[in-house]
Amino acid sequence: MPLPKFRLEKRESVPNWFRMALPFIAIGISFIFSSIIILFAGKNPVTSIYSIFYGALGTRLGLMETLVKATPLILTGIAVSFAFTGKFWNIGAEGQLYAGALAATWAGISNFNIPSFLYIILLLVVGFIAGGLWALIPGYLKAKLKVDDVVTTLLMNYIILYLVTAILEGPWRDPVTMWPQSIMISPNAEFPKLLQKSRVHFGLIVGLLVVFLVYIIIKHTKLGFNIRAIGANPNASNFLGINVTKTIIITSLISGGIAGLAGVGEVAGLHYHLTENISPGYGYTGIVIAMLGGLNPIGVLFASFFFAIIITGAQYMSRATGVTSFIADVIQGITLLVLLAMLILYEYRIRRVE
Amino acid sequence: MDEIVLMKNIKKRFPGVLANDGIDFYANKGEIVSLLGENGAGKTTLMKILYGLYTKDSGEIFIKGKKVEINSPKDAINLGIGMVHQHFTLVNPFTVTENIILGLSSNRFTINIETSKEKIKEYMKKYEIFVDPDAKISELSVGEKQKVEILKILYRDIDILILDEPTAVLTPQEVKELFKTLKILKEEGKTIIFISHKLYEVLEISDRIIVLRNGKVSGERDPKKTNRRELAALMVGKEVFDVISLTPSEQKDVILDLKEITALSYRGHVALKNINLNVKGGEIVGLAGVSGNGQKELEEIISGIRKPLKGKIFFKNIDITHTTPKERINLGIGRIPEDRMDLGLILDLPVFENLVVECYDKNPFSGKLFLNYPKIESYSKKLIEEFDIRTPNLIVKTKTLSGGNLQKCILARILSMNPEFILAAQPTRGLDVGATEFIHKKLLEVRDKGGGVLLISEDLDEILNLSDRILVIYNGEIMGELKRGELTREDIGLMMTGTKKEDLHATT
Repeated sequence: MPLPKFRLEKRESVPNWFRMALPFIAIGISFIFSSIIILFAGKNPVTSIYSIFYGALGTRLGLMETLVKATPLILTGIAVSFAFTGKFWNIGAEGQLYAGALAATWAGISNFNIPSFLYIILLLVVGFIAGGLWALIPGYLKAKLKVDDVVTTLLMNYIILYLVTAILEGPWRDPVTMWPQSIMISPNAEFPKLLQKSRVHFGLIVGLLVVFLVYIIIKHTKLGFNIRAIGANPNASNFLGINVTKTIIITSLISGGIAGLAGVGEVAGLHYHLTENISPGYGYTGIVIAMLGGLNPIGVLFASFFFAIIITGAQYMSRATGVTSFIADVIQGITLLVLLAMLILYEYRIRRVE
Repeated sequence: MDEIVLMKNIKKRFPGVLANDGIDFYANKGEIVSLLGENGAGKTTLMKILYGLYTKDSGEIFIKGKKVEINSPKDAINLGIGMVHQHFTLVNPFTVTENIILGLSSNRFTINIETSKEKIKEYMKKYEIFVDPDAKISELSVGEKQKVEILKILYRDIDILILDEPTAVLTPQEVKELFKTLKILKEEGKTIIFISHKLYEVLEISDRIIVLRNGKVSGERDPKKTNRRELAALMVGKEVFDVISLTPSEQKDVILDLKEITALSYRGHVALKNINLNVKGGEIVGLAGVSGNGQKELEEIISGIRKPLKGKIFFKNIDITHTTPKERINLGIGRIPEDRMDLGLILDLPVFENLVVECYDKNPFSGKLFLNYPKIESYSKKLIEEFDIRTPNLIVKTKTLSGGNLQKCILARILSMNPEFILAAQPTRGLDVGATEFIHKKLLEVRDKGGGVLLISEDLDEILNLSDRILVIYNGEIMGELKRGELTREDIGLMMTGTKKEDLHATT
């Protein structure tokens, strides 16, 4: 029997339902692949995946932890999404998060004598600036010298990570425990808790506020118009009089600043000190979230909660079924790969040929 | 006869154009045949059919007397047909040798560079084409790259060599070398099909000249028994057309003034040489020429996306040589780019945003930070009605519109800003009669209101119809200036193919 033949055919436009369905199809396929891996581990994939969702949503404790995990993910997700909208390929949200965390810790341990709400604002400001400046370097290099932003943003991550390690091993080492971690920040600088008996903190509000602001910037401001135009066609934008260089630089600054806020939240809302592993890769997950959310602020919000569920639930599943929690990383990785492979369907449809 | 290639009654239709309308073509063994014609005459299409890149709609092809179906370049190469394209198909980081043997190794897993190199050197000696076989393609000049393309084809032992506008990117010295090689090839019994619009070269190199016009053969000539004037006439046609009568324009001051502009192309060769050109208020200046003779670069220079190597541009006596596109828009320069899909519009943005993309940052469309969408929408709605842009609504992506409507979007956006000068590059290319007329009418309105228009077009009828003055560009130089009705189509045809105005009457 001859195999049926298929070919890709260029399509004029993408139906809206397909745009909406694509992330769900990607998630579905990634669950199927993960199930195969769980089967290899000799466990039942159905109960394992069920326990991910039960662990993340089925109990109050689980739900609270999901919100805690969602907080940095919303910020890194929206940071990446903002950059990608203007074709600034920011792979460096992880590093910008650390830059923000470093600056916030510096301000936090300096014990300024100011009221708490001012102290919190100060932390947010210095964190935003630090993250922004860290992204500004690749942004400037791209805008002025056409240096590839994927490479520079990615490599900047390693620089800041080792810088943080050096500072924590050296000048900021905790003098009491001698662990490579900073001393506690001033209690005045701590983010308030949002719910009793939980770790959900003010950072979540910051995240939601930023999502709203990004939505407004993209949809309703001149800057947002420039960013969308450059994202759609940089050559035409330049021809039509949009200042591409300036817009890329501003985009990088804001994107990095937002990622920096994620770092501020982890220090001031959750840990109250800086450690080398304050982020288990939130910056990289942000890339998956931005893509899964279709670079749409509302989509990014949903995608962040989805991955918060996976990360939180995977830990519960690991305790409940014995499947390693690394399955969360597997799901993340496969979702991104499937999604990227499927993006070709935005441009082409599959046609059967006789 | 030794007809090595015979093409009979070839027809090929593309959406909207009949590119080949029953063409008969043949080439003999050991002959150099030239295919002469304007852009869009069907030369390249015919040869791409022979090379298997396009499939013909109807007609027959015989190679060495045998009827064949050529469905891919691979089929063509197996039949002994090779083609050198206008745009090179070389792998930049690879060496010359690697590029030549790419895809050829007899054994699946190993390649023997050294033996191949020796063989290539033999070919170089034989055909007098010399390039360093170890040089990387990225280090080569344009002319050298073309040599590699030719070597690549000779290495595949072909008998029929098609060259598509091979001299367009070459210096005069390189053209000489190329012609020497072609003569050696001919003596060896190879057949060469030479696509060109340059009359001097065609007359110099060919054994036989076939002229195409509008997808048909308009004549076949022996170069020894013809002259440039006759060939130019065959190329551009002789029919009389209706020249619309223009209201006499009021001579106003110079608006746009280009002084001694020299510029490079994106490939790095000199594309414009010492261009002097001005446009006054109340006139349309037509720039005629076969495309690829510097029009693109001139458009980019006036638009502000390419900086000249030398020379200055003045707009109403202000030096704008170093201004950005935005500053030029604000001064009152409207630009209709040749590439309307990739420069004139941002196709992934909705229609209404494209209608304001050059003025969204001004009152009343925006304040300091925010866009005023209600204002933008009502303004766009007005433009859509006024210019009769066919779109289902304001928010569909611009790319869903038809070609004519895309051009109307650009025109609506530019004209609504009341520019004093308009650069119109190929404004009606590919458009239907209705849209073309509409655009002509609008350009004339600008002229009658005292604005200046520079019309760059390959369409000679369009140029003759609309222009108060005509300039002809060839090889990056202005060949001369004509007043409306001063010279014939044929003269312009000669100038488009390399004759200076002052030499026109020496051609017999």
